[in-house]
Amino acid sequence: MNNDLWYALPLVVAASLVYAATRHEQIGPILRHALRIGAWILGFMGIIFVVLWGVCWLVDH
Amino acid sequence: MPEPSPPPAPGPQANLKDPFVAGVLAWLVPGLGHAYQGRYPKAVLLCFTILGTFLYGLYLGSDKEVGWGRVVYFSFRKNDVRLYYLCQVGIGLPALPALVQADVVQRGRRPFWHALMAPAKLHANDPPPPDPKYPDDPAQRTCAEVVHSLARLFELGSLYTAIAGLLNILAIYDACCGPVLPEPAKKKDGQDETEQAEPKGQAIPVEKPA
Repeated sequence: MNNDLWYALPLVVAASLVYAATRHEQIGPILRHALRIGAWILGFMGIIFVVLWGVCWLVDH
Repeated sequence: MPEPSPPPAPGPQANLKDPFVAGVLAWLVPGLGHAYQGRYPKAVLLCFTILGTFLYGLYLGSDKEVGWGRVVYFSFRKNDVRLYYLCQVGIGLPALPALVQADVVQRGRRPFWHALMAPAKLHANDPPPPDPKYPDDPAQRTCAEVVHSLARLFELGSLYTAIAGLLNILAIYDACCGPVLPEPAKKKDGQDETEQAEPKGQAIPVEKPA
């Protein structure tokens, strides 16, 4: 599947890990925090995707 | 008079040593500042994450035809102001060859290492002149040719490398000041619970492993 959105995934992982690493010192809490941040970012992207998809649908119909 | 409560038992400490040295090392190589402070697990995590992001961006911006790592270059020429580099240089040493290559090209010489991080020509007749010994020299490519050849990967590679540089700024901050601890819970009288437990100096408390 050739979709440029897949390129966002490594960036989300990297940003989540580094951000979480600035909040904790131990690896366990860092990974847990990164998981939460990553889910939050992906959820936010999903909401934007749905909004844009809805706008496109409205324009097309 | 009520008995004062004993201070909480101190958790493991992160010794920040000299924050300036740690910050400089963290800028030079992601994770090196943390390694200097003895925070090895975090050093490895940051090194792999940030350097991995940067190297993947470089890979996306590489092509046998146009040269290696063409998405990271230093240029403030007219019609080619590369603001991305201001973010990319946040990663330190890995982005510094771009400065050397920019100087080499400005002197009219041929960039080395298959034009790694070299600024592309603005016009085909700009220096360096073509060398018959290198018929497919990537240094002869113009900006338009590089962007056209890499297509969307040019933007993606630029984005990856710029974000890696920006993420390293977070890591530098962490090396200088330690992790940003959660807001302390406020007591009824407005005094922080952790006020007495916070050690002074360069050692910061960290949570115990789960």
